[in-house]
Amino acid sequence: MKFLEKMMQIDRRWIYLAIFLAVIIPAIIPFTVPMSVSPEVKKIYDFVEGLGPNDYLFVAMDYDPSSLAELNPMAEAILKHAFLNDRKVVIVTLSQFGPGMVEEITTRLAGEYNRIRGEDYVFLGYRPYPAITIMLMGTDFRVPFPQDYYGVPLDSLPMMRGIKNFNNVKGVIDLTAGNTADMWITYGNARYNFPLAIGITGVMAADYYQYLQSGQIFGIIPGVKGAAEYERLIDKPGQGMQQASYQVVAHSVIILFIILSNVAYFATRGQKSKLGGAR
Amino acid sequence: MTIDQILLQGAAVFLTLCIFSFLYKDNPFYKFAERLVAGIATGYWTMLLFHTNFVPVVWNRLAHDHRFIYLIPTFLGLLMWTRFSKNWSWISRYSIAFYIGISSGISIPLALYAGLFRQLEATIRFPVTLDAAGLYSFLIIVGVLAALVYFFFSAAHKGAMGGLSRLGIYVIMIGFGAGFGLTVMGRIALLVQRIIFIRGYITSLLGIGG
Amino acid sequence: MKREIPLMIVTVTGIIMFVQYFIPSNFSEDVFTFLQDWVMIIGILSLPLGIWSLVKANTQKLKVPDERFYSAVLLIGFLVMVVSGWMPDWRSKGIHLALFQNVLIPIQSTIFSLLAFFVASAAYRAFRARSVLATILLLTAFIIMFRLIPTGPFADINNWLVEKILTIPNMAAKRAIAMGLALGAAATAIKIILGIERTYMGRD
Repeated sequence: MKFLEKMMQIDRRWIYLAIFLAVIIPAIIPFTVPMSVSPEVKKIYDFVEGLGPNDYLFVAMDYDPSSLAELNPMAEAILKHAFLNDRKVVIVTLSQFGPGMVEEITTRLAGEYNRIRGEDYVFLGYRPYPAITIMLMGTDFRVPFPQDYYGVPLDSLPMMRGIKNFNNVKGVIDLTAGNTADMWITYGNARYNFPLAIGITGVMAADYYQYLQSGQIFGIIPGVKGAAEYERLIDKPGQGMQQASYQVVAHSVIILFIILSNVAYFATRGQKSKLGGAR
Repeated sequence: MTIDQILLQGAAVFLTLCIFSFLYKDNPFYKFAERLVAGIATGYWTMLLFHTNFVPVVWNRLAHDHRFIYLIPTFLGLLMWTRFSKNWSWISRYSIAFYIGISSGISIPLALYAGLFRQLEATIRFPVTLDAAGLYSFLIIVGVLAALVYFFFSAAHKGAMGGLSRLGIYVIMIGFGAGFGLTVMGRIALLVQRIIFIRGYITSLLGIGG
Repeated sequence: MKREIPLMIVTVTGIIMFVQYFIPSNFSEDVFTFLQDWVMIIGILSLPLGIWSLVKANTQKLKVPDERFYSAVLLIGFLVMVVSGWMPDWRSKGIHLALFQNVLIPIQSTIFSLLAFFVASAAYRAFRARSVLATILLLTAFIIMFRLIPTGPFADINNWLVEKILTIPNMAAKRAIAMGLALGAAATAIKIILGIERTYMGRD
């Protein structure tokens, strides 16, 4: 019983150490994890797969380094999918530290898949105030973005000739860790009625199923598991699937912690009520 | 790995470990990394704002395109800098009022449409039939109603309303439990990515495969 | 003058933007674009206020012995990024990008990765089935967390349960919250336009 009481008061640094060791194990002894695909991720895959040769995909990478772990894998998977199928992509970021990350991903993948900037993909850049930027893009991309991120006027980019606003793109996929998803739903989809899907972190994932059911979004990629599912669908294992084994061990450890703490709680509570009854 | 990759990524690993050291206790290495990132982030954003926002959206329109109508919002934007003066900070209210008024006006119809009307319509759109889909529709209607009643504090939660409110809090607890379960995945992912990065650096440095 | 004119500006612009939504015409769309473009410019010019405040505060802290070193680190980092941001191709190569990728990204992502430890510690210390409501929350979280663990023959049942939990009770709860938020946002915006809510103006 004293052991259980001690367990209830354990220094949190022992818990930190346990978690640290838990995520070290798969780094030393890697293993694969079976992966099932959820319907909300499949819908996004089917959408990108169904794009025609003249269709444009709009990807908003509205995240910064703090959520890179979950959103970079899905960004890579979607861009790989679009580039593999030879589809044109317009990319924007509404996050202040997004441009550096977008630049790295697009340049690397463009090199891997022989895509040419300005002809196969365009990176518009960054603007603050997401709601205003989304609404201005709905009128004309050139209003908030007269030039792309590299300072090239949009009209001189071959890919941007003939496309004006969201009416000319097949759909929008927003990858975000903040409230930008709400902005795209409220100020983008509600005003301009374009098909919208979102890729979000695990923390936010449970909060957007009502928009999926109402049809305001057509798909959700929920966190790193969703990214792993997308990688499985395009058959290109990446950072998402790489994380799966770590998630298994870490989740197992946390579940054990919760069970242990509840066992200790109920055992000591029972003991305390016996002592209280005896008095 | 090249020498500059070894050095740069080595610096990244060092700074990662500086932040992790906070788990033991606050220390100078953590403070150093924290302040460094604040300075780097501010400097990065300053140049991003200048080159990719101010120059194309403000400067080019005035200096190259000669669209002098944009002098008015430029002037309003510069008025914001009066906030640093105790005597003249009230002038910045004009710029703030412009921004607040426009944002508020546009948000009313869109927030109500996207957040209320579409959600109401979706709740009652699907028919309540004697099959699985119908059962789910019924559960959704009851769940939404119960949760809304729970948040309605203008009437006492007694009788039928009290019962519905009780059901509402159970539904909300399921929602929060789902949120917590997914949050654990999200937080672990952040840690795992750093471990994978450190592992990748060590294996590259030592020339170990994988 | 100090408060009345800003209130008038808020009311007039607010009503214009509200009414504009219901008028489907090219003129209405032009007014909309025109005003939003102006707001973007005002916003871009006001963002450096925060940058200036940070630099000024840390410059003053250089006089404080305990804070001097850390403020110097911040200011040096800031200056290096500003100077390197003037080099050609700063967007795609050079010291500016190198510092972004090897300092900013690792530190920011590691700061947030600490949350993994904190969530584990919180789960251990606070996540106890003290009541019926806590037990419901705990059991739901378990079902969701088990989705990431291969459970062999139970995997299909678990996946089915997770799908139903997310799309029925979780969705119902979050829908009710979202509807409340939408009503709150609209009510606050109406109060601002009518001049009832004036906290954005600050004090005289």
